[in-house]
Amino acid sequence: MSAPTTDEAYRRTLYGKIWDRHVVLQEPGLPAILYADVHLVHEGTFLQAFELLRERNLNVRRHPLTVSTTDHFVPSRRDLRFQDPATMPYVVKSLMDTAEEFGMTLYGPNDRRQGIVHVIGPELGLTQPGMVLVCADSHTSTHGAMGTLAFGIGTTEIAHTVATQTLLQRRQKTMRVTVDGRLAPGVFSKDVALALMAEYGTAFGRGHVIEFAGPAVRAMSIEARMSLCNMSIEMGSRSGLVAPDEVTFDYLHGREFAPAGEDWDRAVEYWSALPSEPDAVFDTELAIDASTVAPMITYGTSPGMAVGIDGTVPDPADLADEEAAALTTALEYMGLRPGTRLAGKKVDTVFIGSCTNSRIEDLRAAATVLRGRSVAAGTALKIVPGSQEVKRMAEAEGLAEVFVQAGAQWGEPSCSLCVAVNGDVGGSGEYIASTSNRNFQSRQGPGARTLLMSPMTAAATAVQGSVADPRPFVTSA
Amino acid sequence: MDKIRAFSSTLIPMLIANVDTDQIIPAQFVSSRTTEEFAHALFRNRRDRDPEFILDQPAMQGRSIILAGPNFGCGSSREAAPWALVAGGIRAVISTGFGDIFNNNSLKNGLLPIVVSETEHERLRSVAAADPDVEVTVDLPGNTLSVPAHGITIELRIDPFYRHLLISGMDELDYLLSHVAEIEQYEAGDAIHPTTRAKLAGR
Ligand code: SF4
Repeated sequence: MSAPTTDEAYRRTLYGKIWDRHVVLQEPGLPAILYADVHLVHEGTFLQAFELLRERNLNVRRHPLTVSTTDHFVPSRRDLRFQDPATMPYVVKSLMDTAEEFGMTLYGPNDRRQGIVHVIGPELGLTQPGMVLVCADSHTSTHGAMGTLAFGIGTTEIAHTVATQTLLQRRQKTMRVTVDGRLAPGVFSKDVALALMAEYGTAFGRGHVIEFAGPAVRAMSIEARMSLCNMSIEMGSRSGLVAPDEVTFDYLHGREFAPAGEDWDRAVEYWSALPSEPDAVFDTELAIDASTVAPMITYGTSPGMAVGIDGTVPDPADLADEEAAALTTALEYMGLRPGTRLAGKKVDTVFIGSCTNSRIEDLRAAATVLRGRSVAAGTALKIVPGSQEVKRMAEAEGLAEVFVQAGAQWGEPSCSLCVAVNGDVGGSGEYIASTSNRNFQSRQGPGARTLLMSPMTAAATAVQGSVADPRPFVTSA
Repeated sequence: MDKIRAFSSTLIPMLIANVDTDQIIPAQFVSSRTTEEFAHALFRNRRDRDPEFILDQPAMQGRSIILAGPNFGCGSSREAAPWALVAGGIRAVISTGFGDIFNNNSLKNGLLPIVVSETEHERLRSVAAADPDVEVTVDLPGNTLSVPAHGITIELRIDPFYRHLLISGMDELDYLLSHVAEIEQYEAGDAIHPTTRAKLAGR
């Protein structure tokens, strides 16, 4: 179904309600001036934006709404992390200088609040339902799990937001993806995201804001919802959303920047009115049955090139022109032949981390597999927690101990091998089982070959040394 | 920014689906500074791995319009992707669809993301295959893409606001700054998120 909704219809959706309350000005035919409640900045994309601000003699308009951190370029190796600032990566140092110059809040490399920008926003309680949150990073969609309209912006838009706390946007179309049924043990929201793209491709969300709904989404924890919303950008959509509910409020309560006292009550009242009305109409509707989703694994260089763990690599001969050409190029790059079974495929490195899957629940899932077991000979396992807070929790719960005992490297919070710009980099031709979100060519290092999967599948793969089904490791608790 | 006028070029056929921004400019090059550095970074990993890559073929030198496969510019939000394309002499990319953020970033940097229908794309593909040196004209003020030699004229579907900015050489920041009064009003009004109101009040 795909028919344009009326203004009245979109107003009854979660997206429409948030949008309407953030429009500062809508001149006929022009994009809206949209207000941003939170602007997160990181060292990967900020540089030219602040040059533009200096050129125009502009400052940070709203300090309490602007927070920066370092995640992309900071080393995950402890011995490199606490070095002399003079030898830090240029952009990290430059963000530190810029933050000082502009008086901007910064959680620097060794700050107790530091972490991947999409991990710390919700964790600190900065990300709240009904807000508009922007960050010059495409995985800003992650924050949508909180019922926040969150989307990635470009570097020029950083300057717009810093200087005016607003940016120009056109309203998107609405899409609801209903996830029915229940996830089987050993299957996670990451698998749902990959299954959706295996089915519908990587552009189905384009021009839309996706609201994830249905019983399987309601049953997910906030962190699981984050992994799902995180991948909306891979589906072509800048924003994913999940309606706020008790799970959201419980998660937020007591967090550092969450409202307290009377402010909390007022906020809960506000948040409770946000969910889409039962009779809301969406421009596009899609559905998937969670109970049919298996642990997923990618074989190509686009996240939609994914199959269930028991599946085989498809044959370009079964596809039409450009799709076939893309698959042929992908398989050549991946060194995989059509018809190959993925389970049992040997991997060199396993990476558990990134803004998709580096939160405490992800680490707990990995630990259920790794407890009392060892990483296979010839395979390296690197686990990088998403934030200082996740790291502290994992250490306090004994998970870090489990990982180190199993033979894993335990890193300092950073993007690490997800984007390979902090010194962690995959070798050419190497197979990397990864819990990140992109298997693009050379994403994890020139010539490196990425297989995307959930943290539990990654842990099972590390133990076996080759792509492994996590389900046999699920302990019936 | 320079005002965009009509320009013509022969096509660079890059008919690959889902060309992501990590391919356009690998992450290790995003903090490049000079035009030369950005031009060097353009499709760097692909070019290093494949000396026959389309951009390095002698016949493609000096061309400024890419005829791309579907879903060009998907993936990372890096604005360095259009910077690298522009540094590499590219002025327009034609596809059946673009990554949303790439589309916006391009418009901010004078690179035209031209969306055509499947049928129009097919037509351009066959023309480019049969007549690789055919001239294509992009006329932003006139709002058309045309291949005069083959009698093709396609209307551009570029957001009229950005089209206006690109033709006039104005930028979005000027527009936003001209509405500071409305922004102040919004901040003091009822619609603002309760937490944001509290934060602005210093709570
Ligand atoms: S973890 Fe990866 S995807 Fe997430 S913000 Fe960092 S580089 Fe981007």
